[in-house]
Amino acid sequence: MSDVKLKRRKNIYYKESVWIHVLLIITVIIVCFPILFAFIKSTQSTAEVLSPMMHPGTSFFHNIKRALIDYKLGLYMKNSLIISVAVTAGKIVLSFMAAFALVFFKFRGKEILFAFIIITLMLPTEALILGLFDLVANHPAQNIGDFLKWILNPTELLFQPIKYGFGWSQNYLAIIAPFMASATGVFLFRQHFSSIPRLMVDSAIIDGAGPLIFIFHILIPMSKNTIGALALIQFIYVWNQYLWPRVIVRYDVNQVVQVGLNKIIATGDAVYWGEVMAATVIALVPPLIVFGLLYNSFMKGYALSSNK
Amino acid sequence: MSNNNENAVFTGGWKILLFILPTILILVVFLYFPAWHSIVLSFFRSNLFLGTRKFIGFENFRNLFIGPLAPAFIQSLFQTIFLSLFIVIIGLPISVFLAILANKKIRGAKVYRMLLIWPFALSPAVAGTIFLFIFNPEVGIINTLLDSLFSIKPRWLDSPILAVILVIFAAVWKNLGYNIVFYLAALQNIPSEPLEAADIDGAGPFRKFFNIVLPLLSPTTFFLLFTNLSYGFFETFGLIDILTSGGPVGPPGFLDHSGITTTIMYKVFEDGFGGSSNMGFAAAEGVILLIMVGIFAYFQFSHLGKRVHYQG
Repeated sequence: MSDVKLKRRKNIYYKESVWIHVLLIITVIIVCFPILFAFIKSTQSTAEVLSPMMHPGTSFFHNIKRALIDYKLGLYMKNSLIISVAVTAGKIVLSFMAAFALVFFKFRGKEILFAFIIITLMLPTEALILGLFDLVANHPAQNIGDFLKWILNPTELLFQPIKYGFGWSQNYLAIIAPFMASATGVFLFRQHFSSIPRLMVDSAIIDGAGPLIFIFHILIPMSKNTIGALALIQFIYVWNQYLWPRVIVRYDVNQVVQVGLNKIIATGDAVYWGEVMAATVIALVPPLIVFGLLYNSFMKGYALSSNK
Repeated sequence: MSNNNENAVFTGGWKILLFILPTILILVVFLYFPAWHSIVLSFFRSNLFLGTRKFIGFENFRNLFIGPLAPAFIQSLFQTIFLSLFIVIIGLPISVFLAILANKKIRGAKVYRMLLIWPFALSPAVAGTIFLFIFNPEVGIINTLLDSLFSIKPRWLDSPILAVILVIFAAVWKNLGYNIVFYLAALQNIPSEPLEAADIDGAGPFRKFFNIVLPLLSPTTFFLLFTNLSYGFFETFGLIDILTSGGPVGPPGFLDHSGITTTIMYKVFEDGFGGSSNMGFAAAEGVILLIMVGIFAYFQFSHLGKRVHYQG
C-alpha cells in the first residue's frame, strides 16, 4: 500500500473513531446519569436536594448516618450481607459437588438426574410463591407422631394444601435455605468440567489421586473463572432479591436492604430525598464492589463461554 | 457435543450420593414440592389470615376468565405481555447498538465497556427508588427543569400513559447491562473472515450490520428475547412496587379494572398477601404464570436443540 493511501486510511480511521468516542461518551452519560444523580444528591442538604443543582454538597455523612441508624439501613445491610454470602457460598459448593458427580463418576441415570436439575430453570420461585410461602411459614408439627402421620400419608401430603412447614418466618433460614441449590451453577460447572482434557484427568488419577485430592489440588485451581463468574451472578441475584423477603419476612430484625428501601419511602411522612438517595447508594455499593472484583473472571468464565 | 462420560474416571457407589444428594434434596423440597402445592392450592379457597381452606375444584380458574374477578386478571395479563414486549422491542435494539459501539477497537474500550455493563449490578428496587425521585412531580429534577423551561409539570405517576412509559423506561434501563454483556460476548466470538470479505466487496456499515452481524447474533438475540420476557414477567415486581404500587387506574373501558402498571406477578402478590388474601385465587394466577414460563422454556430449549444440530 502506498504512503498516501495509508495516510488516507489512517485519517478515515481517526475521524471514525472520534465519532465513536463522542457517541460512546454520550451513551455512557445517559446510562450512568441516574446513578450519578443519586450519588450527588446523597451529598446534599435537605434544602439543596430539592433544587435541580448538581454539585456535591457537604451533608453526605449526615445523610448516610440518618439512613443507617434512623432508617435502620445498617441492620438491613447486615442481614443482606449474611444472606447473600451464605447463599452464594452454598450455591457454589453444592453445584460444584453435583456437577463433579455428574462428570467424573460412572453411574447410571446421569442424564435423568441432570434433566431433573435443569428443569428447575423453568420453575422461578416467584411463580410458585404461594406454595413456598405455606411450606416455609406454616408451623411445624407438634410432635414426631403428627409429622409422620402427615408425611407418610400420600393423599394428605400430595393432595391437601401443605399442613406443616418449617415455621421460619422469623428466621434467616427462610431466605437462605430455599436458594441453596443452583441449576445454573450445575450447568456451568458441568460444561467446564466436561471441557477438561481426559489426558489431564488421567495423569492425575495415575498419580493416585482420589476424588477429594483431585478436587482440591486440580479441579478447584482449574475452575477459578467459573467460580468467580458464578459468585458474581449469584451474589447480585441474591442481594437484589425483593419479592420473597417482602412476603416472608415478618419483622424488621430480619429484613433485607432492598425491601428496606421501600420502607423508607412508604413512611407516609415527608420524604427526605437526600437521605433516601444515600440509602440507595449504600444498597448499591456491595454488588458494585463484587462486580468490580469479579468482572474479569465473569467475562472469561461465563459471558464468553455461554455462547459456545 | 462432547460425550458426557468422557471424563467419568471414578466409580464409587454411595459416595456419589454424598455429592449430588444435597442439590437434589433442596430442589425437591423447595422447588418441586412448592410448585406442586401451588397447583394443589389453586383448587382450594384459602385465606392467609383466617387460616381457612376448602376444596372448590376449578372455581378459581373459572374466576380468572368469567365473572367479577376476571376483568382485572385479564387486564393484568394483557399489561404484563405489553410491558414485556416493549422491554424487548426497545431494550434489545439499544443493547445491540451499544454493544457494537463498545466492541470497536478504540482507546479506552475497556473503560467504556465497564461503564455500560455495570447496571447489571443494579437492583429493581434501587432503580425504582431513584426514578421515583427523578420523576417526582413536585421536587423531581425532570419536572423542575420542564417547569422552568416550558412551565409544565407532568404528573408522571398519576397519568396512566406516563406511568406506563416511565415503568418501561426504568425497566429497559435497568436491564441494559445484562443485555450488553451477552451481545459483547457474542460479538467477540464473530469470526473476522466474513466481515473482511464484505469489506473487499465494498459493503457499507449498514449492509454489513444487517447482512452479516445481525444474523450471526441471532442465537444471542433469541436467548435474550426469552430472558427479557421473563424479566418483564417477574423481576419488574420490585420496580413496580416501589415506583407505582401497580397504579394508577387506567382510562375507563377496558383498562380501569386494576392499576395500569399491575403485572400478573403484582396481582399474585396483592391477591395472595394483600388485604383480601385470596390465596387459592392467587395460586391459580401463579399456575398461569408457570404455564407461560413453561411455554417460553419449551421454545428456548427446542431452539437450542436445533442450533446444536446445525452445528454438528
